[in-house]
Amino acid sequence: MLTHRIIPCLDIDDGFVVKGIKFNDLIKVGDPVALALRYYQEGADELILLDVGATVKSRKTMIELVEKVSAHIFIPLTVGGGIKSTEDIKNLLMAGADKVSLCTAAIQNPSLIEEAASQFGSQCVVISIDAARCGKSWHAFISGGKIDSGLDAIEWARHAEQLGAGEILLNSIDQDGTQSGYDLELLSLISEKVNVPVIASGGAGSLDQILKAITIGKADAVLLASSLHSRKLTIKQIKEFLKEKGVEVR
Amino acid sequence: MIGLINYGAGNLRSISQAITVLGYEARIISSPEEAEGIKKLIIPGVGSFGAALSEIRRRNLENFVRDWLTDKKPLLGICLGLQLLCESSEESPTESGFGIFPGRCRKIRAGKIPHTGWNSVKIINNDPIFDGFAGDEKFYFVHSFSRLEIDCFSLALTEYGETFSSVLKRDSTYACQFHPEKSGASGLNFLRNWVEKC
Repeated sequence: MLTHRIIPCLDIDDGFVVKGIKFNDLIKVGDPVALALRYYQEGADELILLDVGATVKSRKTMIELVEKVSAHIFIPLTVGGGIKSTEDIKNLLMAGADKVSLCTAAIQNPSLIEEAASQFGSQCVVISIDAARCGKSWHAFISGGKIDSGLDAIEWARHAEQLGAGEILLNSIDQDGTQSGYDLELLSLISEKVNVPVIASGGAGSLDQILKAITIGKADAVLLASSLHSRKLTIKQIKEFLKEKGVEVR
Repeated sequence: MIGLINYGAGNLRSISQAITVLGYEARIISSPEEAEGIKKLIIPGVGSFGAALSEIRRRNLENFVRDWLTDKKPLLGICLGLQLLCESSEESPTESGFGIFPGRCRKIRAGKIPHTGWNSVKIINNDPIFDGFAGDEKFYFVHSFSRLEIDCFSLALTEYGETFSSVLKRDSTYACQFHPEKSGASGLNFLRNWVEKC
């Protein structure tokens, strides 16, 4: 039986792991290689590195970091942040990434999804949607959650799948870093509407919230950052809890 | 020295790094000339069936691989590599694979596609490649096509909507549908067994 994945996410700014709240107020929380290795050894099912720095210097550091991390961890590695072209994707895959996560560039230039899927395969194209509630619906935001693209988040998820996305990484801007729970309503709507795996992100703070993301939100995987970095939760503890509740985990 | 067939699409780096961490050497093979001194061969797996075959052909590696298989030298096909060792695939209906394993790979019909994540591998025929396994190990899969035939070549099965062969063996040719290089400690053990015992 296919298990639900627990995926730690490291937000990286110029070679350091940082974490913000609602996409702002970044603080340094540690060395990425050491943290990646720790999560690998603790049973992470996958790992995501997101370059939130978005400067030229930060980009260069990112390639070196992917090389270092992928030499030590033997689980899938997704890399995102500031990717604009198939050339960027190729460089990251060559450096040791297994998948790339596209956000702003995919919205500004949706054909990038098609090009990436045909060149490298859908399995390595993760579409990251930064969504925030706008009245009765949710909009997809770009540029690190700062600008409303005007796109309906659910419609965008479906369109991205048609273009060749192999996975949807759904980040709730409203919930990010708050540790007050995932946006279950949006999560379940998107999980039902697309036929590719959905990773829930933004707001994980307790075991019960993680369970709900899977049982109510129908997420295939859950992403965690703050709550793992601060050791409020551990991967082992999460997996034991989920197993106890009848959710298949590795 | 272990050779990794390079057909342009596969991410060879992770397999190469896994082999290095096990204490062995890997060399990326982009032409038959580069295969001098290679004892074991891996066909890695990322990309599509037809594109991989035409790239293998363009690099003059098709006959090299066919001779290797005819000579029954040790080979491991990973993910798409498993599918390339079958007769054909629905993914590229007019292409012929290496034909070591009978049958045509089929598109996954149930559940979300691609089949992405960690799944169980049920051993049905014991083999040195599983030495040290307890049986409850999980492996990382990511694929949209699979070999549904279950026959004397099937060593292990996995369930995702339907049951498919997740590990295959014929003579000294092995193949796995999962990515051992991405399956943590279990994957590394599987690779070590193949390198040392198969």
